[in-house]
Amino acid sequence: MSRSKLGVSLFILSEANFFVILIIAYVYYHTIPAGGPSAASSLDPWRTGAFSICLFASSATLLLAERNLRRDRHRAHFCWLVITILLGAIFLVGQGNEYARLITGGVTWSRNLFGTTFFTLTGFHGLHVFGGLCALAIMATVALTAEMTDRRREAFAAVGMYWHFVDAVWVAIFAIVYLWAFV
Amino acid sequence: MNHVLAPGMEGTAPEFAAQEGLLSWVASVDHKQIGIMYLLGAFVFFGVGGIEALLMRVQLALPNNHFLSPDTFNQLFTMHGTTMIFLVLMPMLTGLTVYLVPLMIGARDMAFPRLNALSFWIQIFGGIVLYFSFFDGGAPNAGWFSYTPLSEKTFSSLPGQDYWLLGLFAIGIGTVAGAINVIVTVIDLRAPGMSLRRLPLFVWMGFVNSWLMVMALPILNGALVMLLIDRELNAHFFTPEAGGSVILWQHYFWAFGHPEVYIMILPAFGIISEVIPTFSGKPIFGYGFVAASTVAIAFLSLSVWAHHMFAVGLGHLWDVFFGASSMAIAVPTGVKIFNWTATMYGGRLRFTTSMMFAVAFLVMFTIGGLSGVSFAVVPLDWQLTDTYYLVAHLHYVLFGGTVFALFAGIYYWFPKITGRMLSEHWGKLNFWSTFIGFNMTFLIQHLLGMMGMPRRVWTYPALPYWGSFNLLSTIGAFVLLFSMLVFIWNVFISLHEGALAGDNPWGGWTLEWATSSPPPTDNFDRVPPISGRRPLWDLAHPELADELVGRAE
Repeated sequence: MSRSKLGVSLFILSEANFFVILIIAYVYYHTIPAGGPSAASSLDPWRTGAFSICLFASSATLLLAERNLRRDRHRAHFCWLVITILLGAIFLVGQGNEYARLITGGVTWSRNLFGTTFFTLTGFHGLHVFGGLCALAIMATVALTAEMTDRRREAFAAVGMYWHFVDAVWVAIFAIVYLWAFV
Repeated sequence: MNHVLAPGMEGTAPEFAAQEGLLSWVASVDHKQIGIMYLLGAFVFFGVGGIEALLMRVQLALPNNHFLSPDTFNQLFTMHGTTMIFLVLMPMLTGLTVYLVPLMIGARDMAFPRLNALSFWIQIFGGIVLYFSFFDGGAPNAGWFSYTPLSEKTFSSLPGQDYWLLGLFAIGIGTVAGAINVIVTVIDLRAPGMSLRRLPLFVWMGFVNSWLMVMALPILNGALVMLLIDRELNAHFFTPEAGGSVILWQHYFWAFGHPEVYIMILPAFGIISEVIPTFSGKPIFGYGFVAASTVAIAFLSLSVWAHHMFAVGLGHLWDVFFGASSMAIAVPTGVKIFNWTATMYGGRLRFTTSMMFAVAFLVMFTIGGLSGVSFAVVPLDWQLTDTYYLVAHLHYVLFGGTVFALFAGIYYWFPKITGRMLSEHWGKLNFWSTFIGFNMTFLIQHLLGMMGMPRRVWTYPALPYWGSFNLLSTIGAFVLLFSMLVFIWNVFISLHEGALAGDNPWGGWTLEWATSSPPPTDNFDRVPPISGRRPLWDLAHPELADELVGRAE
């Protein structure tokens, strides 16, 4: 494993620990229902599910981008990167939309423990998606303008790992927050 | 002699190498300069945290004393604990690790030199944020573990608590980044022949410790952001009036906090594992046991946290489980004590200042370990928790343990870092005044705790013996102050007049002694061949070379 991949793997391990702590808080309070809005009463798993498919698809398009980079098809690499970024951005728009709907409906951070844990968990995930989008945007700029060196290829691989991780976290969050509420 | 090129830094010459003066430090990405800055920064905070401790000891010198107000006292013990843990012990150990690991494995720098600089500066700015609280309404005063709901807005409305949260969050990020750097360096940058089974034990400890940091610090960071969200956005994670659980905070904090205890002691074990063999003239006894028991400690340390919470009343099953796991962790720790003792047994001992601190470490840490085991006995814990017995215990582990080991390490590696020897004359005075001052301050606190004196209370009534015991403890604290002044004087005078060290003043065997003192920017031109655990011994005594350990990779 290359040096930067190793470093990012460890970074991902530390991030995973961070998310586990947030998820534990969500799960713990989910099992003790408080008064007021809950996951079942305020979330729309179909709508968020549709936006989630965009995020999951962005992992697939990133894989295609990575494959094209390995085969030195730089044009295709760049195009798939842009599609990945667009899919990630659509997911964030969906999340913003959901937040706006919830907040206007009176479900806020301070309303009750569902609000507290829901916004913290999904909000931190959204921040990580945003960070990943920034990294992908830098990659796309580099892919368009700069020569492809071995060092840059390593950096691309490292950012790719991070993006797949962010997607994987959403698989867990979607299952726990959205699906569990309706089981 | 088949010397080989040192790995690392291929094609990335430091861009700031041409800078001079202060800028050559501020802009440095050299692991040696960053290591020294870690040590210096930590020493400044050591002075600050020490003054906070002295102020508390003055307040406690006499019964019914009014030298400090109760609120100031609360701020002082909170800042003293937070400072000593996050801004002194961790960065000092990290500083030595960052300085020594590349040298010991025959590399030119860390795997990510710029990340290394970032880790250091984030940590320093975290400390500045924490201390800025003094200028904005007062320092945090909810203790170093900031139990909820005391640390919530309802009971701590001043922003001090928020500075505490933000400062520690920054320090946590810097620590994780530094730990990732150490792990990748050890995995990726070892010189040819330096297999994992040949790593110096200091590197082993730093390596295992870094894994522990990657596992534990994110737990703290997660808990910190939750409390911050509670305070800033009126959320309810830990507010009982809205259904939040204050016990959850304790679980989170100690799930981080107990590994943290080992984060502060494992690198100290590494120092002792280098110092004792060198000054005993013998290789370490049971290398494999020292390394493996460290891994065992790291795993166990993640499963003992609730022994900090026996007083909560978690229930019988929890108490039994965490009591048993806490006792189990004493086994791999005890293994190490025997390893070090057996290394000294039959050796040609040289009682340099460094060795004296190391031997004192063995005794002091064993006392701290034994009082620690007594806390694993749940009924004893109920009786003694939150008394001065606990204060004595943790200081025997972290001062008698870690700080003594740090002094052993500083006296040992100061010649490598600066090129000059620390004075043994002042060193002996430094050692004896530290040893006497430390025991005078803290041994008596075991008794005070058993007599029921609660910690974190600003004053106490004139009960029999309480006044005289506390006065003795306070006098001991001033002896410690004297010993630190002797140390500072020793550093000052030795930097100017100390004997020149040469490459290898102690006859050490690990690779850092193969280069000049201080080492050049690139550490090594050529690394000696490595076929065992003591490359320099093999080089000096080819006919008596150690048995070959493992095969070259």
